[in-house]
Amino acid sequence: MADSLVITRKKLQPTSPTRQRVMGVLFIIIGAALWFFFARIAPADQNATFGLVPGGSSVELPPWTVPVASTLNVLAVVCVGIGAFQVARGFKRATNIILGIVVGLFIFGFLVSAAAGKTLNLGGLISTTLVKSVPLTLGALAGILCERAGVTNIAIEGMMLSSALTSCLIASLTQSLWVGVLAGIITGALLALLHGVLSIKYKTNQIISATVINILATGLTSYISQKFMQPIPALNNSGIFQTWAIPVLSDIPLIGPIFFNNTLYVYAMYVFLVVIHIALFKTRWGLRMRAVGEHPKAADTLGIDVFKTRYMAVTLSGMMAGFAGSYFTLGSVGRFDEVMTAGRGFIALAAMIFGNWTPFGSFGAGLLFGFADSLASRLTILRINIPSEFMLMAPYIATMIVLAGVVGRSIPPAADGVPYEKE
Amino acid sequence: MKTTDAPTPEVEKKDAGKIFLEEVTTGGSPKGARTGSRLGQFVLIPFLAVLTGLIIGGIFIMLTDLNVYQAFSRGIGAGFSEAFRVVGASYSALFTGSIGDPVRWVTALQSGDALEIRRAFNPFLESLVASTPYIFGGLAVALGFRAGVFNIGVEGQIFVGAIFAAFAGYSIKGVPAVIHIPLALLAGALGGFLWGYIPGWLKAKTGGHEVINTIMMNFIAFRLSDWLLSGPMKAPNQFNPVSPPIEPSAVLPRFFGPPTRFHLGFFVALGVAYLVYWLLFKTTWGFNLRAVGANMFSAKYAGINVTLNIILAMSLSGALAGLAGANEVMGLNHNLAMAFSSGYGFDSIALALLGNNHPIGVVLAALLFGTLRNGATRMQIAAGVPIDIISILQAVILMFIAAPAIIRTIYRLRAPAGGDTGVTVRGWGGG
Repeated sequence: MADSLVITRKKLQPTSPTRQRVMGVLFIIIGAALWFFFARIAPADQNATFGLVPGGSSVELPPWTVPVASTLNVLAVVCVGIGAFQVARGFKRATNIILGIVVGLFIFGFLVSAAAGKTLNLGGLISTTLVKSVPLTLGALAGILCERAGVTNIAIEGMMLSSALTSCLIASLTQSLWVGVLAGIITGALLALLHGVLSIKYKTNQIISATVINILATGLTSYISQKFMQPIPALNNSGIFQTWAIPVLSDIPLIGPIFFNNTLYVYAMYVFLVVIHIALFKTRWGLRMRAVGEHPKAADTLGIDVFKTRYMAVTLSGMMAGFAGSYFTLGSVGRFDEVMTAGRGFIALAAMIFGNWTPFGSFGAGLLFGFADSLASRLTILRINIPSEFMLMAPYIATMIVLAGVVGRSIPPAADGVPYEKE
Repeated sequence: MKTTDAPTPEVEKKDAGKIFLEEVTTGGSPKGARTGSRLGQFVLIPFLAVLTGLIIGGIFIMLTDLNVYQAFSRGIGAGFSEAFRVVGASYSALFTGSIGDPVRWVTALQSGDALEIRRAFNPFLESLVASTPYIFGGLAVALGFRAGVFNIGVEGQIFVGAIFAAFAGYSIKGVPAVIHIPLALLAGALGGFLWGYIPGWLKAKTGGHEVINTIMMNFIAFRLSDWLLSGPMKAPNQFNPVSPPIEPSAVLPRFFGPPTRFHLGFFVALGVAYLVYWLLFKTTWGFNLRAVGANMFSAKYAGINVTLNIILAMSLSGALAGLAGANEVMGLNHNLAMAFSSGYGFDSIALALLGNNHPIGVVLAALLFGTLRNGATRMQIAAGVPIDIISILQAVILMFIAAPAIIRTIYRLRAPAGGDTGVTVRGWGGG
C-alpha cells in the first residue's frame, strides 16, 4: 500500500530526469551565452542607464545606473549556478518558473549590454510591451475558450479583423465608443457561430472552416473599406478610448503609471485573465467544458451536452476575439485600415500554444511576444546590429520549439479539433 | 472518380485510386460502390458550390450598391431593375475582363492587326497567367491532403521558393537559358522543399502539429523576405526594397508580344500536374503516401514507413509551392519584391478541395480561380466593385465544398450512401 502510494507520487512529478538535465544544460548554455556574447566584450568602465519614466506619471524616479561589465558577469554566473543546481538536484515543480526567471535574466543582460554607455527608457519599454501584449493576450484567451472545449480556432485573425472594422464603423455612425465595442463583440460572435455551425453541426474540418472565416474576413473588410469607408471619411473616424488612471494604484512609483494608467482594454485584460482562469479551473462549468475538450464521449456519458457546450464555448471565443478586434480601432488608432491586424491573430494563436492553453501562461507569452515587438522598433535607435526582422521572428520560432517539446512541452486538449459524433 | 481518371486507360481492374476512394467514401460498405452517385457528387457539388457562390456574390453586390437603395426609394420595380442592372454590369465586366469580348475578337481577327489581336485575346491569356501559381499552390495543398497532412504554409513556401529562384536567377551569370531556367525553377522548388521539410520533420518526429508549424513558418518566411530585401538581397542603387532583376537567361519566355504576358510557366504547371498525378496514382510510392493519408495506423501495420512518408509529403508539397514562387519571379515580375504573393496560399486550400484533391480537378479549379481573379480587376475598373469580391466568392465556395450538406439542403439532393469524402486531417489534440 505504501509502495503504491510512493509510485503514484513519482508519476505525478512534472519533470522527468531527462528533462531535468536538458533544462539544466539549457540554463548553463544561457549563462555561457550571456558571458560569450555580452560580458566578454563589454567595456570595463561603462555604465548602462535605465530611464524609469513610463510617461503620464507625476512621480519622477531618478534613472537607474548599473555598471555593465560586472552586472553581466554576475548575471552569467547566476545562470550557470542555477543550471548546475538544476543538473545536480533539480528544481522539480518550479522548473518552469525558473526557466522564466533565467529567460528574464538573459533579456535583462541583453538590455544592459544594449544600453552600455547610453540611456534606455526601461519604463517606456515595459509600458509599450504591456500595450502590445493586449491584443495578443485577448486573442489567446479567445483561442483558449474555444480549444479547451475541443474546437480548434485559427480564425482568431479573421474575427479580430472583422470586428475591428465593424466596431470602427458603428462607433463612427453612432458617435459612441461603447456601441462600437458591442458591435465588435457581436461581429465576433456571429463569425464564431458560423465556425460552430460548420464544424459542430456539419462536422467540417475545423481548420478549413476557420480558413473560410479568415478568407471571408479579409475579403469582406477590404471590400467594405474600399466601397464605403475610404470614400466617406466620416464613416472611418471613431475616436479612441482615453486612459483612465485608477485613483490610488496609479500613484505607485513606476508600477502605477505602467499598469494602472491605461485604457479600458488593459483593465479588461486583467479582469478576463482572472475570471477565465477561475471559471476554467475552479468551477463546475469549467470542468465540464474541459471534459468536453478532453474526452467528449465520457462527458456525454455523464450527461453533459457536448454540442451545446461546444456551441457556447465557440460563441464566447468569438465574443472575446471580437472584443480583442475592437482594440485595433477603438483602443489604438481610431480608424480602420485594410488588413490592419497584420497577422496578430496568428501571434495570439502562438501565445495560446506557448502558454500551454492556460490564461496566465498566455499572458506571459503575450508579454514576451509584445516585448520582442516593442524592442524590434527600438533596435535602430539603440544601434544594435540585429535586424529587427529577426526580433519579430522570435515569437514564431519560440512557439515551434515549445510545440516540438524540446524545452517545455505544450500539450493541447486531447479532443481538440475532433468533431464529436453522437452514437 | 471515373470522370477524372478517364484520360488514362485503366490498366488494372481496380487501380489504386479507385481502391483508395472506395475506402474513404464508403467506409467499406458495398452499397456506396455505385459510381453513379459518386460521379454526381464529384461534379455536381463543386458546380453547384460555384454557382451558389456567384449568386451570393451577386446579392452581396446588390446590397452594397448605394444606387440600388436610391432606386428602391423611387419604387420597387425601379429598385429591382437597378439591382439587376448593377449585378449584370459587374458580372459582364468580370466576363469580358477574364475571357474577352467575342465581338472584339472577330473584329480584331478581321482587321488582321497583330497588336489588336493580341489585345483582344489578352484577357483570356491573362487568366491563364493568373491560374499558373494557383495550379502549383493547389497541387501542393492537394498532395498534402492525400497524405493526411494539412499544408497551410503554402504562402510562406511560395515566398521562400521565390527568394531561392530570384537568387539563382540573378547570381548565376553567363549560362544559356536551357540550363538556367531549369536551374532557377529547381532552386525555387528546393526553397519550398526546405520550408516544407521542417514542419514535416517536426510532425513526424515530435508530433508538433503541421498546421501550427506551417502558420509559424509562413510568418518566418515573410520576415525573412523583408530582411533579405532590405539588406542582403537588395538591389544596389535602388530605393525600393526589390532584388536585382534576374538574368534574361532565367526569364521564362513569353509566347506573344506585349501587352500579353502569357509565358512558359503555364505549360510547366500542366506538366507538373501530370507528374503529380503519375506519382500519386501510378507509383508504389504514391500508393504508400495515400495509404498513410487514409489511415496512418493501418498503413503502419502494413509495413509502410509513416515517418518517411509524412516528411516526404510535406517536403514535396512545399517544393510544389516553391515552384509557384519561382514561376511568379521568373515569368512575371523578373525580380523579387515585397509581398508579391497576395493570398495565393490560402486560396490554394479552397481550390484543392474544389478539385477534390485530384491533379485534374486542381487544374480545373485553378483555371476557375485564375479567371475570377483576373476578371475581378476589370470588374473593379469598369463596375466599381472592389476586387476583394473574389475573396468573398472563394470563401463561400470553400464553405459549400467543405460542408456539402448545405448544398444538398439548398438543392434538395440526396446524400450519397457512404457519406461525404472527408478530409482526413486530425486536430492538434491528435485523437
